[in-house]
Amino acid sequence: MTQMNMIQALNSAMDVMMGRDASVVTMGEDVGYFGGVFRVTDGLQRKYGQHRVLDSPIAEGGIVATAIGMSVNGLRPVAEIQFADYIYPAYDQIVSELARIRYRTGGEFNAPVTIRTPCGGGIRGGQTHSQSPEALFAHVCGIKVVMPSNPYDAKGLLISSIEDDDPVVFFEPKRLYNGPFDGDPNKPAVAWSSHPKGDVPDGHYRVTIGSAEIVRPGKQVTVITYGTMVHVCIAAAESLGIDAEVIDIRTIVPLDEETIVRSVKKTGRCVVAHEATRFAGFGAEILATIQEECFWHLEAPIQRVAGWDTPYPHAFEWEYFPGQARVAAALKATMEAK
Amino acid sequence: MSAIRTRLHVPQAPARPGDKPDFSYLNLAPAGSAERPDPNAPLAQTEALANGLVRVLGDDHRAIGPWDPHLAPSDLELGLRHMMLTRVFDDRMHRAQRQGRTTFYIKSTGEEAVSVAAGMALRPTDMLFPAYRNQGLQMVRGQKLVDLMCQILSNSRDMCKGRQLPVMYHSKEARLFSISGNLATQFPQAVGWAMAAAIKNEDDIAATWLGDGSTAEADFHYALLFAQVYRAPVILNVVNNQWAISTFQAFAGGGPKSFAARGPGYGMPGIRVDGNDFLAVYAVTQWAAERARMGGGPTLIEHVTYRVAPHSTSDDPSRYRPKDEYESWPLGDPIERLKSHLIALGEWSEEREATLVKQCEEQVSTAWREAMTYGTLTDGPQLDPDTMFDDIFKDLTPRLAKQKQQLAAERAQQKNKAEKKDK
Repeated sequence: MTQMNMIQALNSAMDVMMGRDASVVTMGEDVGYFGGVFRVTDGLQRKYGQHRVLDSPIAEGGIVATAIGMSVNGLRPVAEIQFADYIYPAYDQIVSELARIRYRTGGEFNAPVTIRTPCGGGIRGGQTHSQSPEALFAHVCGIKVVMPSNPYDAKGLLISSIEDDDPVVFFEPKRLYNGPFDGDPNKPAVAWSSHPKGDVPDGHYRVTIGSAEIVRPGKQVTVITYGTMVHVCIAAAESLGIDAEVIDIRTIVPLDEETIVRSVKKTGRCVVAHEATRFAGFGAEILATIQEECFWHLEAPIQRVAGWDTPYPHAFEWEYFPGQARVAAALKATMEAK
Repeated sequence: MSAIRTRLHVPQAPARPGDKPDFSYLNLAPAGSAERPDPNAPLAQTEALANGLVRVLGDDHRAIGPWDPHLAPSDLELGLRHMMLTRVFDDRMHRAQRQGRTTFYIKSTGEEAVSVAAGMALRPTDMLFPAYRNQGLQMVRGQKLVDLMCQILSNSRDMCKGRQLPVMYHSKEARLFSISGNLATQFPQAVGWAMAAAIKNEDDIAATWLGDGSTAEADFHYALLFAQVYRAPVILNVVNNQWAISTFQAFAGGGPKSFAARGPGYGMPGIRVDGNDFLAVYAVTQWAAERARMGGGPTLIEHVTYRVAPHSTSDDPSRYRPKDEYESWPLGDPIERLKSHLIALGEWSEEREATLVKQCEEQVSTAWREAMTYGTLTDGPQLDPDTMFDDIFKDLTPRLAKQKQQLAAERAQQKNKAEKKDK
């Protein structure tokens, strides 16, 4: 075990996989010589060479398309899209190609590509460096969508993603790279060394894609969330003194419905929280699932916490961000409903 | 037509229905006039190729000039056979669509050499990323006609399990990548495949095709950029058949430069070739393949040809171009030209030609009869709809498993209802 922040954990996952499997390569803008703008690929080019750690042109569609071609030729490419906000030029290659290759060839071809991309706000990135577009990928059949909330899961899930024979879009909440974040930007930054999930095994291990984790057991209300909001929700529940069960779904596709349904049936109350915009956000799918599976167990209307249906404004980052106050209001509303 | 004049330039097709066909815009050159630089030559020595026109077959049906690939008569005959089979297959499948046996078809009439000659100039282990009008490649790689037909029929033996529009074939074994209905996507994918071959230090190269219209997509430009940046061993083919459905090629080309001239702009050779000249297409493909295999990187080849057929069975070209436009096409027909060449060599005759046509027709008819026994979209053996949930992922997710059950229940209920009605 080593104390790692999320960047180091992701770097370790890449290092472990490149060391074990010569077919693993990585490419993206600034990932090679420089080691990535967030340092996730730091040192990899020196260790594995320029042929396996490739700096690429600023062309996201080209990065994903060539990664697809590489995967068809037996490699396991990890493509980095520098910010999730930049992924849209690659959307056609992801939606119409990457997600469909196994299906349209009747299983003859497959494309084991992992796309890593930092997402979310809280770093003063403005509307073009703060987005959480996971719902746009969850809606596409044929790609797995993952978003870890801590270093341990980040490494285990990235290893599972690279080993997966299907494509994975791997979102990295960049506000969590250096430490857990409870939603209050005015408090001093907390390091991952203070968090149990900052203890990361040095070698190879997996976290299963498609398995949620109950990160805080409780009896009164279920909070279903992922990414940065995991830490915000835990903090909100603790400050209110509510015995909330917080579930980090970790994987958006495929969704671990069993863990969610079991918990909501137990508590009868539920809050769903994510940082992405509210309208048609992934929370809506979680709500619909709960309504279908747990309706007769519900004691109160399900509450939804999300970013507003606006872009992420540079000047009003913290007014946009669904912080503890918004989560607390939802928790209170669901607890008070009769 | 509006007579308003502004500084906005709107490209015009040279002729529309009712007009006299006009191909004077084509920059032609006599056979044998293009120089053939060494495949290793620096870019500067190749630049004339981007604006000229590589032609080997002269008006006298003789091969001439430095690009003559000096193929054995048996290879020429094989090329003719593949092209003829492609044409006969196309005609039969087009008719099958008209008879309501399938929903959709795309012919490659007049463009057979672009696929067949290029396919023959490559090694069987080279990976091909075709567009939807490259059925000649399927013929060269020996795909069984019956397998192609079953795909077109979406029947119980369809390689795509009923998921793809007709003509979107694939074969892992034959190294033919899956054809996409989204244009140009295969172009940068082929580059990625070639990059992987280079990373693994393998000798194989990739080749890919798209139409003149599709060069407008960003994917085309990604492909050229990545291919040149990493010197990927790939051949990038633009099939300039003059028409993107109703849109004249100038809407993608911009003019006055050729599509091939995009190549030198990115730093790679561009070669403009007579796409209806089997020998010329073979020769430039061989040149580009040699360059790629030696580590010289990519080549962009523009095949100047003409789409004789409608864009697809859903298209009626008489609404946007002169009906008889093809008759004025100055580069002739690829099959006729190779046939005349073989005859000029004393290696072919009208009788042998007639026999070949008959053999191809019989081959296609036999395959068609067999394919029909495996069903059509509406008749005969059917695919199991339950399979639609397979291959989304390697393993069925719980949610997909549930939907699979739901569909099965829905179908069982419908079946019960239908049975009750019958009683």
